[in-house]
Amino acid sequence: MTKKQIKELRRILLAVLILAGAVLCDSMQDMPKFLAVFMYMAAYVSIGLETVLKALRNIFRGQVFDECFLMSVATVGAIFLGEFTEANAVMIFYQIGELFEDIAVDKSRKSIAELMDIRPDYANVIRGDEEVTLDPYDVQIGDVIIVKPGEKIPMDGRIIEGKTAIDTAALTGEAEPRDAEIDDEVISGCINLSGVIKVQVTKEFSESTVSKILDLVENASSKKANVEKFITRFARVYTPAVCIAAVVLAVLPPLVLPGAKFSVWIYRALSFLVISCPCALVLSVPLAFFGGVGGAGKVGILIKGSNYLEALARMETVVFDKTGTLTTGAFDIERIVTEGDYEEDVLLEIAAYAESYSSHPVGMAIVHEYGLGIDFGKVIDVKEAAGRGVETSFMYLDREITVHAGNEKLMWEIGLYDVPPVEETCVYVAVDGDFAGYITFADRVKSDARELVGNLKKLGIDKTVMLTGDRENIAEKVGDELEIGTVYAELLPQDKVSKVEELIKIKSEKKSVVFVGDGINDAPVLARADVGIAMGGLGSDAAIEAADIVIMTDEPSKLISAVKIAKKTTGIARQNVVFALAVKLGVLGLTALGFASMWAAIFADVGVAVLCILNSMRALNVKNL
Amino acid sequence: MEVKGRSPKKKMKRSFKIEGLCCANCGAKIENNINKLEDVTATLSFMTQRLTIEAPDDKFDAVVEEAQRIASKIEEDCVIVR
Repeated sequence: MTKKQIKELRRILLAVLILAGAVLCDSMQDMPKFLAVFMYMAAYVSIGLETVLKALRNIFRGQVFDECFLMSVATVGAIFLGEFTEANAVMIFYQIGELFEDIAVDKSRKSIAELMDIRPDYANVIRGDEEVTLDPYDVQIGDVIIVKPGEKIPMDGRIIEGKTAIDTAALTGEAEPRDAEIDDEVISGCINLSGVIKVQVTKEFSESTVSKILDLVENASSKKANVEKFITRFARVYTPAVCIAAVVLAVLPPLVLPGAKFSVWIYRALSFLVISCPCALVLSVPLAFFGGVGGAGKVGILIKGSNYLEALARMETVVFDKTGTLTTGAFDIERIVTEGDYEEDVLLEIAAYAESYSSHPVGMAIVHEYGLGIDFGKVIDVKEAAGRGVETSFMYLDREITVHAGNEKLMWEIGLYDVPPVEETCVYVAVDGDFAGYITFADRVKSDARELVGNLKKLGIDKTVMLTGDRENIAEKVGDELEIGTVYAELLPQDKVSKVEELIKIKSEKKSVVFVGDGINDAPVLARADVGIAMGGLGSDAAIEAADIVIMTDEPSKLISAVKIAKKTTGIARQNVVFALAVKLGVLGLTALGFASMWAAIFADVGVAVLCILNSMRALNVKNL
Repeated sequence: MEVKGRSPKKKMKRSFKIEGLCCANCGAKIENNINKLEDVTATLSFMTQRLTIEAPDDKFDAVVEEAQRIASKIEEDCVIVR
């Protein structure tokens, strides 16, 4: 608790004590009546004076229907009716409610601030021979910074010296540290664990990952969910309406009903005023969303607005991009097609020798598939043709051969213009300038994608779609393996947009179509879908910018967590709205009919507020989802 | 606020920190009233204590002034940090 909150608590306790004394005094026969009244007033002044004064000041500024005013009128009215205990109780509980709200808000702000404690405070920059400590904002692109073990990496950059393990938990929710060495990219906001590294800065601080993420989280609550908008709109009508009802209730029945007493109806009207306070209700809904967005951040899911959380909870159709989303983008050999007399295993062996020094994933896949080990003594010369392939000379069956292995362009360069067109990723192989065949690749399904569709079904989402630019048969294979409902293959990027548009057209009302991609070249689709989710956000600015929700790691299973968080959060918000309205309207009705006292009104105001806020704070806890 | 026709104007968007705002409903009222200004879109997040204002370039400062007036009218201690 802050100092202010402790002071407030003391004030409340003091008022409770005085009130208890007053009640005791009142109940004793031989005490003079005025003493009890004096103590009641003392309690009221100690707890309520500030509120009454504020209400008066607000009236002069033209603000009438605020909660200070409502509480003041209700309590002062009760005092005039001689209901001293109720008057004090209303004020005391009102203050308890306020204090509670304050603490709850502080607590959730703090837990989210902790979560977002990724902002680096300084950077150690090498200037000349010296190491100077600078504000990250003053570091420029190209500067070299030193990051010691235990320090936050302040800027995005590339390691130029040293090797280490990096803790990315604050950004990804992943506990396992990642290894990084020379030439690896490092991301600001991660923590350097084991070794001292020198990093060459590649981005200004304002453009760095950490700034983008902080910006995104800070702005998330400005995109409001519909429930949130509903509740503020409702509050605008609710308070004046209940106040008018209170006035009518105070005046009309005594005039119309025979034998009705003004004091009875004024008491009921005052209870109305106590219930008319909307503040807690207005707070509890955004508090839930704030908690949901924050909790999601904790497990590496960045949500750019409460509205997206709401739309995700109403997901009906989920559309996946294939490569990089459901599959790893790493490669497995699919087919070996030979030309002329070559056997498949001979072609593989030749290709493996050609790629023996390759660091390209495709080349490594070939060497891996060959599996018999390379006799490097046989390799004579290797020339890399960047972006095209390799040209390698080696001894094969006691004869020196030169093999070209690479893409179409490499074939064209050596005069092979009529190689068969292949739409998948493939490596063409030519021996001594003659075409020998090609090897095609299919990328691997991510291990945690397998249970995805099943888990989505458990959440009631059974429309799953996969879009890909790959050929039909490959797409079908992946689709079958993952049990995806519908597969659309051989799509150009613009076709993906129109497919998503079609799906949006046929969705049920109030439901949403969610697209999950890797953010690399599907920005238009991400933008067009009701909710665009990008995977593997860590290190990909494009993904962070284009998507509505960013999954920092590249695990598709995080989608399940995201949906669960969304459902939980919107559920909490809805529970609060329904519960609060039901209790408030119920108590209003009972009060009007004379079945409820001011104590019930206090519960409908403060009690409901406290319960709603406690309920909202559950949204922060996403551990077991 | 003067009105200069309905031609599309260059807009500017900025986010401000807010201090002294202690009630969510007051926040909603402030947001609502700022939105009533001509050509202005505002969102106020009570949880993050941030006010985002989008308004035409040429009268942005005036809008912020006005927003401050609205804010102090509804919650006297409320300050838009500039």
